[in-house]
Formats: sequence, structure tokens, C-alpha cells
Amino acid sequence: MSEIAQSGGGGKKGGKVRSKKTSTRIDMTPMVDLAFLLLTFFILTTTLSKPTTMEITMPEKVKEDDKQPEVNEKKVLTLVLGENDKVYWYVGITDPKVTKANFSKDGIRKVLLEKKAEIRDMIVLIKALDESKYKNLVDILDEITITNIQRFAIVDVTPVDKELVKEAI
Amino acid sequence: MSKVKMHRSTPSIDMTPMVDLAFLLVTFFMLTATARPDEPVQVATPTSVSEMPIPDRDMIIISIGKDNKVYFTVDGKFTRPKMLREMGKIYNISFTQEEEDIFAVLTTFGIPIQNLKQFLDLGREERKQIEQTGIPVDSLNNQLKDWVLQARLANPKVRIAIKGDDDATYSVVKKIISTLLDRKVNRFNLITGKEEIPEEMRKAAVKKPS
Repeated sequence: MSEIAQSGGGGKKGGKVRSKKTSTRIDMTPMVDLAFLLLTFFILTTTLSKPTTMEITMPEKVKEDDKQPEVNEKKVLTLVLGENDKVYWYVGITDPKVTKANFSKDGIRKVLLEKKAEIRDMIVLIKALDESKYKNLVDILDEITITNIQRFAIVDVTPVDKELVKEAI
Repeated sequence: MSKVKMHRSTPSIDMTPMVDLAFLLVTFFMLTATARPDEPVQVATPTSVSEMPIPDRDMIIISIGKDNKVYFTVDGKFTRPKMLREMGKIYNISFTQEEEDIFAVLTTFGIPIQNLKQFLDLGREERKQIEQTGIPVDSLNNQLKDWVLQARLANPKVRIAIKGDDDATYSVVKKIISTLLDRKVNRFNLITGKEEIPEEMRKAAVKKPS
């Protein structure tokens, strides 16, 4: 009788047929492919950076017969937001000196810090011209937050402001 | 002389750790993912140092596109149909149940109410392709005013946020703010991206009581 030598299985032990031992390793490549496909999909579809918000509170609209509190005009700093990311500022109301600034670190922030140190209880009025961008408004509100100014308001531009700004250009 | 045979390593490597990591990441992203909804307008928001996250629920979001068109959305499966029904009553347009159902799952829209019925009757794909004209906010025809009111009536808890594009002009923003003030909404949010507080300013900004 001839016997075929088999390495893996054997029929040696009393003729009992032992099942062939297969390798425990499986080919993981398709699974990995799938995993990475899903990974890529989820990375691309998620929006990771959650937007933040800044809360602003506006004063109520002024009615005809409302009495507005009076403030010392020397304490008022007016910022006018103009075209092309320009901002104009002046202190006081009667015959002010208008200066032009920009939104960089040494621009309006410096002005705000200086004036804040100079004037006690400073009130900042933000007036945005129709030509200014929404970004300018957010930027200026941001500067207000950064310089920690407590009293500020967003108000409408007056014709006087428009004239002042025109002269400054 | 026999040459020393180089030991040839098997080309198959153990992929288990890699697979582990891959699945870990997949699980992470699956759990944290909120699918980006189909927006008819891409709004590039300006950045700010504000760190307040926006609430996920009960929000009215008024978007302003680059081209100064105004879009509106409010979340809530029950809020939206109710709001639409009330709006229909004001403008004498009756919406069918089907249209309400479609509207309930819609996201941001910028369609005048007169064209809304037509818009809702379109197919899903057609709706994506159509160019939205924006919600009228002029003083003569201010539909945003009504949308805001009806949304707030439908869900009193709702908060209002403005999501403006960098390049939206202030005149539109002013109209929206003025609309909100007319509705006695004095407190609202501006949605912005995140930005770091400049290092030298950190102390001053942190001191601020909030």
C-alpha cells in the first residue's frame, strides 16, 4: 500500500480523518479599502469648524415723543465705516477732526485703545455707510470686544457724517 | 563558495493596527457627522473672536448672499408647516398637504411667497437648479417681516441669527436689522467664523464680564 505524505492533515491516527487546518489569516484588503472609503467620505462631508455667533443687542427704535438722555459730546467717539474697508473716526460732535484709519492692528484698534485710556466712560457710535460691507461691521464689533469697550451703539448715518467723510477723502 | 542568501521577508504585512485605526476614525466621524444640508447659497461668513457656539435648535437664520439676496430658514419639522400655513393665509395662497410636507424638510430658501407654491411643486432636482431670487425686504414689500413673525408665533422659543456674507453691503443688513427692530427683536446673533484673540489683547478681552 502506498501512502501519500501529507504535511497538513493526516490520516495516521487510527484512520481518523482530521479536518485540514486552514490558516487563520484572512485577506483584509477589501475591508481596509472599504474602511478608508468610508473614512474619506465622512471626512469630506463633515463640517468640523462650528460657526460661532456674536450676540448684539440693539436699542429699541426711537419714537417721536421719546426723550433721549443727553450725553457729553466730548465723550463720544464716532466711527464711520466707509467703502473699501476704510474707517473714519472723530471725537465730539461740533466741528470734529476726521481721521482715516484701517482695520489692521495698528489702525482702528490703536485708536480705540488710546481713546479709551484718554476718555472716561467713552461712548462709541458705529455708523456704517450704505457702501460698507457686512464684514466691516463684524470687524468693528470685534475690535470693540477685543478692546473691551462697554458702551457702544450701532446708529444710522446722518447727512453731516457723510459730508465729513467726503471731506476726509 | 556559496553566496549568503538574503532573507526574503514576506510581502504581506500585518494590517490589523491600521484597520483598527481606520475603523476608529470611521466611527468617530460617523458619530460626529451632521450631513451638510443643501444650501441654495454659499455664505462666506466673516470671522470674529467670539466663542459662543450657535445653538443647534430653535434658530431662525437669515442669510445674506454675496449678491445681497436674502434667504430665510427656521428649523423644526412642526414649526415650518405651521408657519407656511399662516403665511399662506396672509397672502391668500393655500398650500396643499403635499406642499407643506415638502416645505417641512426644505432648508434655506429665498423665494418670494407668490412663487413659493410653484417652487414646491417642482421636482427635487429641478428645485436645486433653479436660481432663487431672494426674499423681498423692501419697505413696500417686506415679506421677511411676516416670515419672522410667523416663525416666532409657531415656535416662541426661536432665536434669530443673521448670517451675512463678507461682501454683502451694509444697506441690506440695515434693512434686515430695521425689520427685526420693527418686530421688537432687539437681541439677535451674528453668525461668524472663529478667530483667535490676538495675544497682547487677551487679558483685556478675558476680563469682560459676559
